[in-house]
Amino acid sequence: MDKVIVAKDLTLAYNEDEVIIKEASFSVDSGSFVFITGASGSGKSTLLKSLYGALDSKSGSLIVGGVELDKISSKKLDFLRRHIGIVFQDYKLVKEWTIEKNVMLPLIISGYAKDVSGMQVQKLLSHVKLNHQAGKYPLELSGGEQQRVAMARALAHNPILILADEPTGNLDDYSSQVIWNLLEGANNQLKTTIVVVTHHIPESLTIKYKHYHIEYGVVYEVS
Amino acid sequence: MKSLRNHFSLILALFAVLLSIQVFNIIERTIAAYEKNLQDNYSIVIVSKTALDLKFLKRSDTIIADITEISPAKVLEKVKKDFKQKNLDQIRSSLPKFYTMKLTKYPSSFELSDLERSLRKISSITKIEDFSKSHDSVHKLLTLFKSVISFLGFIIVAVTALLILKEMRLWQFQHQERMNIMALFGAPIWLRSAVLFRLAIVDAILASILVLVTFFIIDKNGTIETELDLLNINITLFNYVNDFFFLLGVSLATSIILATFIVLGHKEEV
Repeated sequence: MDKVIVAKDLTLAYNEDEVIIKEASFSVDSGSFVFITGASGSGKSTLLKSLYGALDSKSGSLIVGGVELDKISSKKLDFLRRHIGIVFQDYKLVKEWTIEKNVMLPLIISGYAKDVSGMQVQKLLSHVKLNHQAGKYPLELSGGEQQRVAMARALAHNPILILADEPTGNLDDYSSQVIWNLLEGANNQLKTTIVVVTHHIPESLTIKYKHYHIEYGVVYEVS
Repeated sequence: MKSLRNHFSLILALFAVLLSIQVFNIIERTIAAYEKNLQDNYSIVIVSKTALDLKFLKRSDTIIADITEISPAKVLEKVKKDFKQKNLDQIRSSLPKFYTMKLTKYPSSFELSDLERSLRKISSITKIEDFSKSHDSVHKLLTLFKSVISFLGFIIVAVTALLILKEMRLWQFQHQERMNIMALFGAPIWLRSAVLFRLAIVDAILASILVLVTFFIIDKNGTIETELDLLNINITLFNYVNDFFFLLGVSLATSIILATFIVLGHKEEV
């Protein structure tokens, strides 16, 4: 099976004295569903940041989508990111744009034609049951709805990989379940690789997944 | 509303810069026109024992525009009745030659003394009247006026440039979130900063149009032109093609350069 992510002896740190992740080695298979858990401040989000190239490694190597991130130019990193969908706890929607435009963002960046993008956005908004809210702005929606918009945006350009950082951290049970269903659906139906950083894994999940845990900077697989 | 206020602040700052530049232009034109008036009315009187080689003299210094002999006929005409024709001819032959010299520009004190020095080398010249005392005070006043205006212009442009920079910093803060989000999805730098540049360009155009409208109103009002007419100065306050495009260019260049600084200074949030 192809590997979407391969980390070897990966060490991450924001400064010289404080190492967050120590010599982590792990891999993520294409089409798999992976959870990364750990206590607050354990380095889960830091690890995720390194996966989308926002943080350089201190040592070791990290390959995402066949590209070694440490040796990548900013132009190539932009290109790689066009194949990744990202979901955050705080949604990170552009407040001054409508829901429709927010979902369209990855398609605009990838250079899709306007009519194709329009159709794809309608399909996705209907998939996340928000097609009636297309013309609204993010702050007019509830937290759960905003996260569904963020999910639709992450799926818009058919990415090979979705990275989610505490995607249900701010949501109630119902909205959380909707998000888990969407992630499961993307993994099941589209075979998109999903990496989720979370405090706890939902019990309702029906799919097979891989689980990594971080403790004291050490990343290990939980069987 | 907030965004509109930010637009307004940048437009106002750019408007202040453009207005300062145009006021500086007008003062430069006024001084140039005043200098031209002074130059037209200014001439040097030369007295020589013998006739001068005017062609040679004209070629000897580029500042000399023209030199003509002043005919003594008018003076002799007045005294004609008091003298016999024989005596009158004697007076005519013994009179020195008078010349008036026009210059190509209103000279500085140094240029004037240089010219005088070279004329003194001609032995037949007995007197040079350059009215240097009054000339010098007018020239010094003009130079002082120019320096003060230049200094004030520089201060105004520097202060407003700082204001614009501060305004742009606010913009950067405002646009940072959107630029970061776009970067997360792989937007190239030009796409991330497109909105910033679009706003900068729109504001630059609006500021230039505002200056155009302001000078259109001033032109229609006519007060300044009347004041200048009284000083016998005829200048164009605002050339609707040349000045507008010059100011538009300055405005666009300023806002684009500042927007570029912001884009280059932007760092992805980690």
